[in-house]
Amino acid sequence: MSLRERLRQRFFIWALRGRPPEPSPVLLTQRRVYVLPTRPGLAFGISLIIMLIGAINYSLSLGHGLVFLLAGLGISTILATFRNLVHLRIEPGHAEPVFAGDPALFGLILRNTRDTGRPQLRVWAGDGPPIVVDIPGNDSIEALLPVDTRRRGWLSLPRVTLETVYPLGLIRTWAYAAPAQRCLIYPAPAAEAPPLPTGNGDQQGRLRQNKGNDDFIGLRNHQAGESLQHVAWKAAARQPDAPLLAKQFGGESALSLYFDWDALPPDLDVEQRLSILVRWICDAHRAGMAWGLRMPPLQLEPDSGDAHFHRSLKILALHGQS
Amino acid sequence: MAKAEVAFVPLSQHQTLWLVSAAIGVLLPLAPYLPYWLDTLAGLALFTRGWLLYRRFSLPPGWLINLVALAGMAGVGLHYHTLFGKDPDVALLALFLALKLFEMRSRRDAYVAILLQFFLILSQFFYTQSLLTGATMLITVLLVVSSMAALNRDDQTVRQQLRVAARLLLQAIPFMLALFIFFPRVAGPLWGLPADAYGGMTGLADSMAPGSISQLTLSDAIAFRVRFEGPVPARHALYWRGPVMNDFDGQTWRIDRTPLLEHLPYRVDGATVGYEVTLEPHNRYWLFALEMPATIAPEGVFSADFQMFARGPVRTRIRYSLRSSLEQRTGLDETAETLDRARRLPPDINPRARELARELRIGPGGRRRSDASVAAALLARYREQPFVYTLTPPLLGHDSVDQFLFDTRRGFCEHYASSFVFVMRAAGIPARVVTGYQGGEINPVDGYLLVRQLDAHAWAEIWLQGRGWQRVDPTAAIAPNRVEENLAAVIPASEPLPLLSRPEMDWLRQARFRWEAISNRWNQWVLGYDTQRQLGLMRALGMNDPDWRSLASILAILCGGLTLAFAGWALRQWHRPDPVQAQWQRFSKKLAAYKLSRHPWEGSRDYSRRVRAGIPGRDGEIEAICTLYEALRYGRLAGAGQLAELRQRINDFRP
Repeated sequence: MSLRERLRQRFFIWALRGRPPEPSPVLLTQRRVYVLPTRPGLAFGISLIIMLIGAINYSLSLGHGLVFLLAGLGISTILATFRNLVHLRIEPGHAEPVFAGDPALFGLILRNTRDTGRPQLRVWAGDGPPIVVDIPGNDSIEALLPVDTRRRGWLSLPRVTLETVYPLGLIRTWAYAAPAQRCLIYPAPAAEAPPLPTGNGDQQGRLRQNKGNDDFIGLRNHQAGESLQHVAWKAAARQPDAPLLAKQFGGESALSLYFDWDALPPDLDVEQRLSILVRWICDAHRAGMAWGLRMPPLQLEPDSGDAHFHRSLKILALHGQS
Repeated sequence: MAKAEVAFVPLSQHQTLWLVSAAIGVLLPLAPYLPYWLDTLAGLALFTRGWLLYRRFSLPPGWLINLVALAGMAGVGLHYHTLFGKDPDVALLALFLALKLFEMRSRRDAYVAILLQFFLILSQFFYTQSLLTGATMLITVLLVVSSMAALNRDDQTVRQQLRVAARLLLQAIPFMLALFIFFPRVAGPLWGLPADAYGGMTGLADSMAPGSISQLTLSDAIAFRVRFEGPVPARHALYWRGPVMNDFDGQTWRIDRTPLLEHLPYRVDGATVGYEVTLEPHNRYWLFALEMPATIAPEGVFSADFQMFARGPVRTRIRYSLRSSLEQRTGLDETAETLDRARRLPPDINPRARELARELRIGPGGRRRSDASVAAALLARYREQPFVYTLTPPLLGHDSVDQFLFDTRRGFCEHYASSFVFVMRAAGIPARVVTGYQGGEINPVDGYLLVRQLDAHAWAEIWLQGRGWQRVDPTAAIAPNRVEENLAAVIPASEPLPLLSRPEMDWLRQARFRWEAISNRWNQWVLGYDTQRQLGLMRALGMNDPDWRSLASILAILCGGLTLAFAGWALRQWHRPDPVQAQWQRFSKKLAAYKLSRHPWEGSRDYSRRVRAGIPGRDGEIEAICTLYEALRYGRLAGAGQLAELRQRINDFRP
């Protein structure tokens, strides 16, 4: 870590008054909101000095008046810009899990407890791109801050910067916040993976009798996230108000997938194995199939649906990270 | 450290429109002072820019704009014969602003244009600083600030943007006042000014050529204003002494080189009147004083022929206090050299006037008349012969005095004073022409005496043994009303006279008096607010020994206090708790009697469970309150209606 980098870290720690993360809700008190002129603001200040010298030199009394009016404007815009940011409340919102490589979207609830709005706040997390939000008076907004992801596992929300130059762009006020929030990052699905292990009891998968899609057994309630292929559309057409029903299949040949960590080729490393498993789970989920997962010492019984999908991926994401 | 610069965002149509209208607002008040071709060029450029914007056409290529800029610069150079100086620089700034609008690619360009606009607003004050200009300044600044607001938030209506700017400017005004009053004033200039800094000022000239002007143009511009300490002296005593013309070449009277004095060359006798003169800039040295001065203004020097000079050309409005003695006797022991010079005439011209001088010497019975009698006889001749006071006299040729005295007999004060002094000198009596102003008009609104350019006057001064220099006003002999009343009383209605000087325009004159009184206030207290006024005000406020240090500390205290006050106002919700949280605490307080107040660490769900267990049979009410609280606190779609409901439910809850 270079000296400069270290100084920066020190500054952030100092600026955040303690090491991140901070307890929620974060209130941007006036002590942690910083104010400095922007480049146009500096140019404005220099122009005022030149204009004042001109007004003195030519004894322009109205020139003095103009310069003083603009100087007053400078002060009032400092206050207005400061006020636009100070006393903002920040609470962590939702952060949906994503696959590594996709941007994680950290939801941050920005709460304005004042009667007047706070327009043109720029917010970003870490090195992510800034987003611009306007918060009306006595209202809150959930800003979704994109953060680049590389590694699976829990990703903590990086340091958040909130900034505004409203109303005149001459003054920049900004503050840092590090609310405690994390987002689960699933391993990236492998681009090329072996085909789904649907073979008859070979090494890559296991054949199990389960609710496959062979022989029709009966109807049950359709669950959100299940494949639409199995919806009993005819039954639905007869009773438009009834909940959707899904056909259930069974029988000797009904196949179920079982993804087994130990069954993967032994020459693959951990991350490669994980991404192959992720890819299989994604494919199976998309196809509406049920799958089971064996990750010693954990084991998931075969099932389908969104909850099962995320449960499986979470196991993979946190593998070896406890 | 952080991404301070916004990624490239082109300006929207709305934002560009704001910049164009602000530029129009800035350039319009300047138009009268720029070359007409530049006005046309800038107007054309702004119109084209607006049209391109309206039709959403693309901008012309950069080289074309650069070409126009170069041509414009060449034009400015040709027009003023230089590119450096006040006027050409203002013209260049205006040119750059008009063309900069074609180069609006980013926020940076927009801010360059905005700063240019501020400089151009300032440059307008080179030419005028009237009350009206001040009001215009406020409007143009509002426009420019609104365009800045638009630049930083594009989704608002014009009205909203104007309101944002107006609010900021209203907050700026207390700071402006504090700075204006208490910022230590430095007397300019800080360095040499360009030669053209003071063009276009009117005032008395240092020479006078009667007969060379066939029509006197009368301006009712104010030359100076006077505030008397006591009552205003009688009108016929109001001779404001200016340049003294001692040197005649046959056509033109000129001022003479005279030694400068540190002290008055005479002993003041008689009662004196005190007064304060606020002199408009006229770019010459004279300070006008009531005849004869009893003191010398601190910023002036005195000459042997009783003129008062400033130490430099009067280029800004200045104020000086004086005392004058209306009955002052001067020049009792005048030097022979001065008297000789006051008898000098060019040879061989105006033979008939010289002959007249000889005739006037011979009194009734062939006795030689005294100097005083000669002067009286000449004045009588003006009265008896058909002399006419007119502002449109015929032109005069080589022997101008002869022509005037014997042929045309029509003229204004210059003709009378010139011919009188010529004849006196021809008779061997020391005499000289004095120019200045005569009379003035009292503004009934504020009591100031207004002396205008049309009050300019010329009279004569002769030296008599034992009596010294004596003022003789030959114009008074022919047109006594000129001295007793004013110009309008003398001039027939057929002759051109400024509209407002005409008697039938009384109501208009009253309005003008009122306006001039306001202008005078403005001039005295805003434009004339200089180091002395500032220190005077500080003394009036009770400071013993004001200097720039005490001013700076007052200023610092004032600005700091103002900033704190505004900051306190801006952040006034410091201690106002979240209304939802306040209701929640009220709920907990109601339950405190049952030992059911909420623990700080307790979430709403747990608390709800505990309260329901503690107060059985009220599940519905408690559940509703907790659900409402959760919705308000954590839900996204919380509104004022729900808050009212929560308040009501907590009110109704009786454990």
